[in-house]
Amino acid sequence: MKLEVRNLEKIYHGRTGDVQALQPTSFTIGSGEFVSFVGPSGCGKSTTLYIIAGLDTPTRGQILLDGQEVSGPGRDRGMVFQNYTLFPWLTVLENTRFSFDLESNRDYSRTEGEVMTRVGRAYSLLDLMGLEKFYNACPRELSGGMKQRVAIARALVNKPKVLLMDEPFGALDAQTREEMQELLFLLSAHEKTSTLFVTHDVEEAIYLSTRILVFSARPGCIQKEIPVPFGDERPLSIKHSADFTRMKREIFDLLHASQPVTFDRVAVLRKLMQNEGAVTLQR
Amino acid sequence: MRASEYIVTLTPANSPSAVKTLMTKTSFGRAGSPWFSVRRDIPRWGYNSLFVLGFVGLIALWWWLSALGVVNPLFLPSPSTVWETARGFVGDENLWLDVKVSVGRVTAGFLLSAALAIPIGVFMGSFKVCEGLLQPLTEYVRYIPVPALIPLLMLFFGIDELAKVMLIFVGVFFQLVLMVADEIRSVPHELVQVSQTLGARRGEVIRLVLFRAAMPGIFDALRLCNGWAWTYLVVAELIAANEGMGYRILKFSRFLQTSKIFVYLILLGCIGLTLDFAFRKFNQRVFHWADATRR
Repeated sequence: MKLEVRNLEKIYHGRTGDVQALQPTSFTIGSGEFVSFVGPSGCGKSTTLYIIAGLDTPTRGQILLDGQEVSGPGRDRGMVFQNYTLFPWLTVLENTRFSFDLESNRDYSRTEGEVMTRVGRAYSLLDLMGLEKFYNACPRELSGGMKQRVAIARALVNKPKVLLMDEPFGALDAQTREEMQELLFLLSAHEKTSTLFVTHDVEEAIYLSTRILVFSARPGCIQKEIPVPFGDERPLSIKHSADFTRMKREIFDLLHASQPVTFDRVAVLRKLMQNEGAVTLQR
Repeated sequence: MRASEYIVTLTPANSPSAVKTLMTKTSFGRAGSPWFSVRRDIPRWGYNSLFVLGFVGLIALWWWLSALGVVNPLFLPSPSTVWETARGFVGDENLWLDVKVSVGRVTAGFLLSAALAIPIGVFMGSFKVCEGLLQPLTEYVRYIPVPALIPLLMLFFGIDELAKVMLIFVGVFFQLVLMVADEIRSVPHELVQVSQTLGARRGEVIRLVLFRAAMPGIFDALRLCNGWAWTYLVVAELIAANEGMGYRILKFSRFLQTSKIFVYLILLGCIGLTLDFAFRKFNQRVFHWADATRR
């Protein structure tokens, strides 16, 4: 598996003029890699992911998956979204096997044996995700973390060449988030699916990735590529190690350097001081 | 002196806790009162008693007004007179004929509009091309008052059953199309996107995602439109009808038989309420997966 992104550029044509969301950007993802995009909001990291998924069109540039140019969405690129996207009228199991009955899957599952293998895979992925008691539950009965786990199982069930994840844990609380990170790490070490992961959580990116691409503020481009030296064994405790902290510092510095300051702190405090009665300032 | 060295604190007079004390001290704005909290649920028994109270209150008001004797009983018959009239209707063949004919007309007009409006609405909500072509046209026709179309409908469809069904159809169809299209458009786009990344083609996206997701909303639109269909029934029965509930009310009015009018009105209300209830129950049963607010 090889995903090549060549001179990808995105310009949005708005009423107030054109906005360049992404400067020409190139990178390559190899087999089994886990690559994270980090960067300030509006830097084009999600846009890049949506273009790779085929859900958005580039202004210029190409996406090549195993040498084939990508146009439009397809089952070879699974996607997990930030918002919950389970089909609420289907049970957990029916959600996971939604793609089995689609026309595009007819060629993949001709014999009964193949169908059985795929159904088996749906079950075992749900089991891996700790959902063995919830096959027939409705999405609205599940917690946020469980919904995302089903979404991951659904995306992986077709063995996509690359798994695209757009801040999948962004809506979860801190504790569930850590749990999900550990689960995803174990799963990706087991499945070895190449993964592209968009996040603005630097810690999450370091913990999960083999490589991090740091984006600059709009118009986005890749500022720096940072390989992550941690191996296949990653207990959550490595988040407290010195190497981890050093990497975090480095990436934070990069992000701060690229992000323009959005408000004048001194001016805000001065205005607060002028506003008598409502607030007082103490030395 | 650097301003950044200051710490901002709120003065006690405006602190949230002070505001809270003020709120709890005045019984009027008490935050703890569950009955008048915005959008808060109230106990089920409370809801049901209020539901009964509304009807009982209306009947009491009616009884009180007629007992006062300030209104001519010819215009406002007393509840007991209406009750006597209603008992007189038991076994009346005309009543059952009227109900049967009216239900038939409403059902025919309603089903015809639903059968056409749902597919057209789904296409309008799914494809901008269909929306551009049909939406402004539908909005335009929607604003033509239905009774104004009676002369035309009589010319086109005669004065028989067809004209009456067509009038209900015209009254319901254009509203329903727009509501269905809106329901399709309000399906979160991410559901479409995720189905595409799973390999769904265009037809499958519409059939398996958009339509399925919009079904509870579409069903609720049908419930509302069924109410309108009953409204247009009376209009439709202005056209040379010989039976039907709307026609009979007009006839009673001609002979100043107000208590009979009341019986028919109460019956119409009951039919409407029953249908509404049936629609709601069906929706809750079949679309139990949807949010309670969408049912």
